[in-house]
Order: sequence, then structure tokens, then C-alpha cells
Amino acid sequence: MFESVQYWDPAAQFVLFSALKILVVFGVTLVFVSLSVVAERRVSAWIQDRVGPNRVGIPFTNIRFLGLGQMLADGLKFLLKEDFTPNYVRTVYFWLAPAITLIPAFLTLAVIPFGSTLGNPNNRMVIANLNVGILYTFGVVSLGVYGIVLAGYASNSKYPFLGGIRSSAQMISYEIAMGLSVIPIFLLVGSLNLGDVVGYQSGGLHTWLVWKQPLAFFIFLIAAFAETNRLPFDMPESESELIGGYHTEYSSMKFALFFLGEYANMIASCSMMVTLFFGGWTPPWGAEAATTLWAGLGHLACFLVKVIGMMLLFIWVRWMLPRFRYDQLMDLGWRRFIPIALFNILVTAFVVALWQR
Amino acid sequence: MVVDRKPLNWWERSYLPAIAGGFRVTWRHFANTVFRRKSVTMQYPEEKWVMPEGYRGAPYLVSDVDGHTKCVSCQLCEFICPPKAILITPPGPAGMAADRPNAEKMPREFEINMLRCIFCGLCQEVCPEEAIFLQKDYSLTGLARGEMIYNKEKLLKLGGVDTGIQKWKQKLDEAREQEVFPVQGSAS
Repeated sequence: MFESVQYWDPAAQFVLFSALKILVVFGVTLVFVSLSVVAERRVSAWIQDRVGPNRVGIPFTNIRFLGLGQMLADGLKFLLKEDFTPNYVRTVYFWLAPAITLIPAFLTLAVIPFGSTLGNPNNRMVIANLNVGILYTFGVVSLGVYGIVLAGYASNSKYPFLGGIRSSAQMISYEIAMGLSVIPIFLLVGSLNLGDVVGYQSGGLHTWLVWKQPLAFFIFLIAAFAETNRLPFDMPESESELIGGYHTEYSSMKFALFFLGEYANMIASCSMMVTLFFGGWTPPWGAEAATTLWAGLGHLACFLVKVIGMMLLFIWVRWMLPRFRYDQLMDLGWRRFIPIALFNILVTAFVVALWQR
Repeated sequence: MVVDRKPLNWWERSYLPAIAGGFRVTWRHFANTVFRRKSVTMQYPEEKWVMPEGYRGAPYLVSDVDGHTKCVSCQLCEFICPPKAILITPPGPAGMAADRPNAEKMPREFEINMLRCIFCGLCQEVCPEEAIFLQKDYSLTGLARGEMIYNKEKLLKLGGVDTGIQKWKQKLDEAREQEVFPVQGSAS
């Protein structure tokens, strides 16, 4: 059955493989989202001398399985809750906002090279091998803010509104620092294609760009915290001040979509950081594109391990640092990171120019 | 009180020392919980608190050391019970005899509605027989309201044995020590 696929029209093959990759990436991301919710709860518990959810295991048995059944339970809870729409909201936008938040998060994943190949060199493990990969990412990521602003506006209530306003200001200002911070990477690599960025770092641990561009990584990391609305920059949500911010009025599946969007965003920015600074799918001892199925799967696993590591960093930071004050956040973005990023671009440009002469 | 706000130097303003401090603290707690298992959480249904002496939990009937019911169906607890949780069915004029010598009677049925009971302890205080005690159970559960009405059998089983005095047996022994038995008149 599978052998006949190679005699298909190349266009049909491309469509088939793309559809498969999209489905797999979507599924893996959803599983990762629920896993990271459980991980978040467990890690926070461990940091706070607690145990965390360790009870829910395989349904209808007494097997606890490290509490991973909590994933199912959480999802089921969101599905079964009453989908409530308050009668004072602007209904159309209220329903639209969660979708607009969620879609960009998943769209970003399209350009991430999450593996080399699975044996066939013509079938690269990236959904869309764009030669403007990073520009596409920034374009799509900046759409994410609309969902949150729309949610704040549509809720027609003061706390979501404040959350929406904060979010727009915060995300727009950190977008600039984020965009500027990755320019040195592309000065070094000489291409905007994320596959080429990974290729540049495929020589092993010492070729990873995090060593050459620690400043860029640092700024990108912090901007990513701000972009994904994570602590210490979770101004739009800030439970203790705005009782949940933009998603105060949301419940059930619509809230779950915001939640999903936030974690999918986290996964997307972790994947982006792994791709840009930690060699993408290449193992620490360096690798060429895989020629066998098993090597290809190994590269996938390597990518996943790196992403999990970055996710743990995100989770840890959330429970480590208190929330920034709003003016401190803005000050950090505009008056520290943008000048530092510009300085970094200049220095890198000089070094690259001198090096190439 | 005026709190002195020292201006931060540039190193402190870079947030790095604060972040390092935060990491130290969180790592210490993480390592303590994960590697040394020093979490403060008690795995509740498996492990439970040790209740202090004098804890007032659910009231149960107790048996004496010979396994007899101590209750004599005087109904004082039923009358004093503020939420009216206790319902005693006395044996009646021609009812069953007590299951121990010298005692006049015992309840035919003794029910406590644990949904009503407020664990106040008045029944224990009022009982002239030391037959009912607030014990250390606090988490009573059932699948239906009917299950939460505990009958005499269940209360006695849960209450266990009380090693305190056996009032009527003692009286009987005292009486037997007298030369004349049974005791005549009102002499003690």
C-alpha cells in the first residue's frame, strides 16, 4: 500500500506529506500543551514544597502513572463545562477572539524545521520550507496580539479591557526588541531560511549560535517571555491585579482556547529559540541530514528534548520571578533592550565585515 | 516608621543578582522536595493526622470490657441534643431485658443522624452511664442520606470498648459484699 505512493505525481506526494506533517505537528503540539500544563503544575508544586497533581492515572484503574492522567481530566473538564456567554458582551468579537489568539500560535510552527528528513532527502521535516521563514514568523506572531485586544474589547468589562490595553502595548514594544535581536543571527548565517540557520549550527555543540550571540539569545528569551504573556511579564493576565485580564469573562472551551493559545505560543517560541540558538534538530555532536529512518527519528527526538528543556526554563522562570511593574516592563523594553539589540547588530555587522575582508 | 530606600547601583538595577537569588531559593526548595522528599503535603486519605486527646469527632456508643452495651436508654442525650440528631427507641414496658446483669434496660434501637450531628459533645457530657463518647472520626461519608443514619449496631462497632467503670456491675459487686442480698431498704 505504501510503496505505490512513490509512483504518484510529485505534487500529489507533496500534498499528502504536507497534510501528514501538519496533522502530526498539530497532534504533537496539542499533547505537548497538555503535558506542559501538568509539568507546570508539578514543577510549581515542587518549587513550593508541595506534591502537585499525582493522583489521576489511567481511568478506571488504580494505576497512577505519575499523575499524567491529569492531562485527560483537565481537557475533559474544559469540554464538559457550560459554554457561557455573558449578555453584555459584543458577541461576534467575543466568539472570534479565542480563535484569533490560537491560530497564529499554530501558524508559527509551520516554518520550524523540527527534523532533518526521514530517509528521503526530498521530504524535509518542515511544513513550509520558506526562504523568508523568520519574517513570516514575526508577521504571524504580531497577529496574536489582536486576539487578546479583541477579547479585552469584546468582554465589555473593565478588567479585560485593561488587560487588552496592557497586552497591546507590551507585545508591540517587545516585538521590536525581538525582531532586532535576531538580526545578528542572519548577518552571520546569511539567509533568512530557518533550515539554513540549522545547517549553519550543524557542526556540533561549539557551533551553536548561543555561544556566538549570547546577547541576542538573552534579549530574544526575555522578549519571548513578554510575547507569550508569561511571568515575569504577564501584565495582560496578572491574576492578582486584573483577575485574569483579557480572559476574565471567558469560560469553558473558549477559555481553553486562550489557554491552548498561550501554551502553543510558548511551544512555538521555544522551538524558535531552539532553532535559532541551539542547533535545531542537530544533536550536540553534530550531524548531517539523516539518510535513514532511524537517524531521522533521532533528530526529531533531539529537537523535542531541546524544546522540553526550553519549556522547563519557561516554567521555572514563572515560579521564580515576581511580576514586573508596568512602567518597569516598558522601561526594560524600550530603554534597555532596543539599544542593546542595536549595539549588538552594529558590533556583529563590523565583525562580519572585517572577517569577510 | 520611615523605610530607607537605598538607591540601587547599576549591578542591582540589571536584575541579575535578584534573578540569581531567586534561582538559588527555588532550586533549594525544588531539590528538597524532589530529591530529599521533604514536601509538606500529607497524602491525605492514606496518611492522616494524629488527633490530639480531647478531640471532638463523631459520637459513638461504647461497650464495656465484657462486650455489653453501656447505654441504659435513659434518653438524656436525645433530649439535650441541640440538632435533634439522636433517636432512641426504648424497649418499652414489656421489652427486652438488658444484656448484662443488674442493668435495668438497654435501647432497642439507637440512631444518630450524622448529617445533623454537630459534634458538640453535649450527649457525652450528659450521659450518666459514660456510654457515648465523641471519638476521633471526622470524615464520615456515605453514598445516600440513609447511610448517614448510624444505627446501634454500627455505633457500637465503631465505638469500640471503653475500659472505664462498669457502673451496674460495680453496684452488683458492692451489693454482693453486703451480708444481706439483695439490699433492703434505702441503705447504700
